[in-house]
Amino acid sequence: MTYLYAAYAATWIIHIGYLATLYLRYSRLRDEMQELKKKR
Amino acid sequence: MKRAFPILAVLTAVLLSYALYEALVVAPTDALQGDVYRIIYYHVPSAWTMFVFFAINFVASVVYLIKRNLKADAVAVSAAEIGVVFCTVVLVTGPIWARPVWGIWWTWDVRLTSTLVLWLIYVSYLTLRRFASGGNMPVLAAALAIFGALDMPLVYFSIWFFRTQHPQPVVGDGGSIDPRMFQVWLINWAAFLCFGMLVFWSRYRLEVTRRDVEQIQAMQSLAEPTRTSGALR
Repeated sequence: MTYLYAAYAATWIIHIGYLATLYLRYSRLRDEMQELKKKR
Repeated sequence: MKRAFPILAVLTAVLLSYALYEALVVAPTDALQGDVYRIIYYHVPSAWTMFVFFAINFVASVVYLIKRNLKADAVAVSAAEIGVVFCTVVLVTGPIWARPVWGIWWTWDVRLTSTLVLWLIYVSYLTLRRFASGGNMPVLAAALAIFGALDMPLVYFSIWFFRTQHPQPVVGDGGSIDPRMFQVWLINWAAFLCFGMLVFWSRYRLEVTRRDVEQIQAMQSLAEPTRTSGALR
């Protein structure tokens, strides 16, 4: 069962990790957009 | 899609939870492998989802090369990224299953090696997209994606054409999977496909927004010297 849980946990760690990178990239982009709006 | 996204996200979360329940509780235990076989409910649907996204990347790359359509290019890069994530899941869960069943984490057989090569090709594709610049970059990336797609049939058919350590197909022609196991496998694939599509949509929106920001930045940097030169006059 240890291997089974390890595989399932690894799957979700990879997916959640990727979702976190997407969120960070989106936040950075949103900040850049706000700066661009201020410049205008 | 923007309005439907939260509803679809909740539905996908429910489907993923149900799929997990089916995989851990409902699916019968394998007579030979015991419970560890349940890893296939994450490993195989992830592999199939990976194929779907690499196929989307291939089609979008061909469309980009023919029509120079920027939307197709954004679809290609988004699909490649999601494909790499699912390929990583396949390459991680496979050895975790192999250790208790085969007694080894990894072997250089055709299925495993060609999958690793596929992962490396698409990681190279994403690295090229991330660090290369210039007008030709999307064209080069699209060409690389087409070469990468050539590895997909090798990965898929390797267990038919070569004698491999990897198990023979249990689904489709020649498959001997228990109907209840097959049903659980389908539910898990549907759940991961829905999840992948939602993440793909988010990544595509991110790519479109990133390009818009870059365009605005370029316009502003073009406009600024004009303002300066105007002030000097």
